[in-house]
Amino acid sequence: MTTEKKKLAPRDQGAPDYKKNLHPLMVKNYGKWKYYDKIKPGVLKHVAESGDALYTVRAGSPRTLSVDKVRAICDIADKYCQGHLRFTSRANVEFLLAREQDIEPLIKEVRERLGFPIGGTGHSVTNIVHTQGWMHCNLPGTDAVGAVKALMDELYEEFTNERMPARVKISASCCSINCGGQADIAINLQHHHPPTINHGNMQICELPKVVAICPVAAIRPAKVEAKDSLEVVEEKCMYCGACHGQCPSMEIRDPNTDTLSIWVGGKSANTRSGPSFMKLAAWGLPNNPPRWPEVGAAVKKLLTVYKGSAKQYERIGEWIERIGWARFFELTGFEFTKYHIDTFKHARTTFNTSAQVR
Amino acid sequence: MSEQEKKSKTPLLDELEKGKWPSFVSDLKQLSKKKPSVGQLLDQMEQSYETRVNYWTGTVLNLDGYGGGVIARYSDLGKKLPEVAQFHTIRVIPPSGWHYATDTLRELCDISEKYSAGILQLHGMTGDILMLGSDNKTTFEAGEELMEKGWDIGGSGGALRTLACCVGPARCETSCYDTLETTKRLTDNFISFLHRPELPYKFKFKLSGCPNDCANSIQRSDMPIIGTWRDEIQINKEEVKKFIAEHGEDYVVDNVITRCPTKCITLKKGEMAVDNPNCVRCMQCINVMHKALAPGKDKGVTILLGGKRTLKIGDTMGSVLVPFMKLETEEDMEKLFGLVERIWEFWGENGLEHERVGEFIERVGLATFLDGVGLEPNPQMIKHPRTNPYIKFEEYTAPKMAGEPKGAPNVTDKENEPKESAS
Ligand code: SF4
Ligand code: SF4
Repeated sequence: MTTEKKKLAPRDQGAPDYKKNLHPLMVKNYGKWKYYDKIKPGVLKHVAESGDALYTVRAGSPRTLSVDKVRAICDIADKYCQGHLRFTSRANVEFLLAREQDIEPLIKEVRERLGFPIGGTGHSVTNIVHTQGWMHCNLPGTDAVGAVKALMDELYEEFTNERMPARVKISASCCSINCGGQADIAINLQHHHPPTINHGNMQICELPKVVAICPVAAIRPAKVEAKDSLEVVEEKCMYCGACHGQCPSMEIRDPNTDTLSIWVGGKSANTRSGPSFMKLAAWGLPNNPPRWPEVGAAVKKLLTVYKGSAKQYERIGEWIERIGWARFFELTGFEFTKYHIDTFKHARTTFNTSAQVR
Repeated sequence: MSEQEKKSKTPLLDELEKGKWPSFVSDLKQLSKKKPSVGQLLDQMEQSYETRVNYWTGTVLNLDGYGGGVIARYSDLGKKLPEVAQFHTIRVIPPSGWHYATDTLRELCDISEKYSAGILQLHGMTGDILMLGSDNKTTFEAGEELMEKGWDIGGSGGALRTLACCVGPARCETSCYDTLETTKRLTDNFISFLHRPELPYKFKFKLSGCPNDCANSIQRSDMPIIGTWRDEIQINKEEVKKFIAEHGEDYVVDNVITRCPTKCITLKKGEMAVDNPNCVRCMQCINVMHKALAPGKDKGVTILLGGKRTLKIGDTMGSVLVPFMKLETEEDMEKLFGLVERIWEFWGENGLEHERVGEFIERVGLATFLDGVGLEPNPQMIKHPRTNPYIKFEEYTAPKMAGEPKGAPNVTDKENEPKESAS
């Protein structure tokens, strides 16, 4: 290590000034927007009290971008958007335009130069939020990055059209920590046995911290070949992988046995029924790179049934609440099994405690 | 070209160049022509696709003075793929609401290309700008240059994390408070907590301008701050008429009247009326008839606490802590800061290591928590009162039977905020 003392840049500067980054029409009409109109899927018109109109063209991106791709995005924004754009929480790029006549030329360039589709607004299937997978995470059992690309290929027409009963948000995660979050449809990976402990390497982590992280107290200190290590009470362990996140020597992944599960009905918005958690729909799907066709087929099946059966403005969870879970499993063809019945903390609150049966 | 030359090194990843959705593989292949590390990144991924084994090991690397913000990775294949032997990600705090001038983005591109692999992810799950692929040396150089140019590094570990918010007043007509400014003010005020892990575990704020919660705050953040109002929904009678003329009355009944969770909207002879005290501010009617209806004029925020992802007790949603408070003046902002400080103090003193604030509340009970942070209980915080009789009433329990008499709550600085609750 060189010890030459260089002067450090200033620390603790905080967040960049968003005001410098706002489109001029946003600065001018800040907090004074009146309504919006949908022009077509992916294109919105926001009208301010001043009478100003700001057009938004939303394009789906793969989130992982080379600097040259980002520069190409900037070139287009310089040409049509007075040098301003924004990103959504689901990795869509929003091009902001002051002039209506620029919309079509911009769309043409976005399609040709970036290869990005236009859509993701209203009642469409919008871009999938996902985790790092084999590209950069230390814990993944699968690659959400690639799985999402393959799945969006399947759902392309649903991104560019608004023909779902309500908006559909999908997330994908590479382990049961589920960083992808609650969504109408979520795909994540599940492990099927307790961690395998690499005792030889166990001294690098703070063992009490590893013991403390287990949600079901399945880990306890043990001496292995006269060295401090840990052991797992296998009957207690529920294969969550929390310990693996804390200590790399608690290997929970297994390329031969890990599988994918599909969850449905998560929602953040307070609209109508309020926010809700997603529930298990299907399990045991193979972790099948490079294109995970079984996941694509299951999600498409689910969306087809939803589209045919839900009422307008019913998100997936609300639709299932209305028709009941029995009908959901019947319509989708997903098999209902004993594993769908909760066994964790608040299991009893999920049972049907009435004679209301359908 | 001979067969040998045509044979790709990454046949499995090549499958992800097919299809209509833009391919990160094609983009990264292009980039690998000038960045050898990107080629080796693809090689490593190809091997993972073959074996379904991951080859990244996490490690720790910190910029001087900071306790987080770099997601450091060593490759287990470093011998074979030396360019990715050290392949770190730097988290960078984005401008509120992910608004960019192209100059801003180009500056990031240049720094990324100069010191890293030239891969940007816009954005990470928490909302950071992610700059991938710097090594043990260039991470520091990139960090210094970023900070030289006025950027700051994002959070990681048991610290405040980078904040995220919806587009808010910049473009949304339903935004009930300034999500962008509040995000900046909270970030700047608590910046030290973001860079130095001083909390029991991570803490996230997400800010949404209205109950549509476009920032997914309620299930993705420890403290969701959601815009709302406490007076009456604004109704534009002319626009209501127009809407009915255009869509028909049945459409309004099916998608607005019957969709209202508290059934508080009536439609009589083309006149729409809202039973405002019963409106729960769900946004459905406003979303459908967004020209005719709008949030009220007396706006503010509802603050919740305790949302998080699966680890360890299972997913939790945030639950109501402050039903309504104004967030307009400097004084309001100071109140918010004070509330956060009291929460961190109480949770910081009594929380276990690795215990998110929601888990802490589950362990000690909401009532104890309220006492600890100096807030009065309020029926708007619960769905319904308890259904079991196992209560230790302080009024009736003799101290000698219940142990020590109850002392003062941990935090003495009580304030009267809940008086402002929505009604
Ligand atoms: S996998 Fe989960 S339940 Fe099993 S030992 Fe690890 S932390 Fe405990
Ligand atoms: S959360 Fe509300 S205010 Fe924010 S962008 Fe969404 S609809 Fe608009």
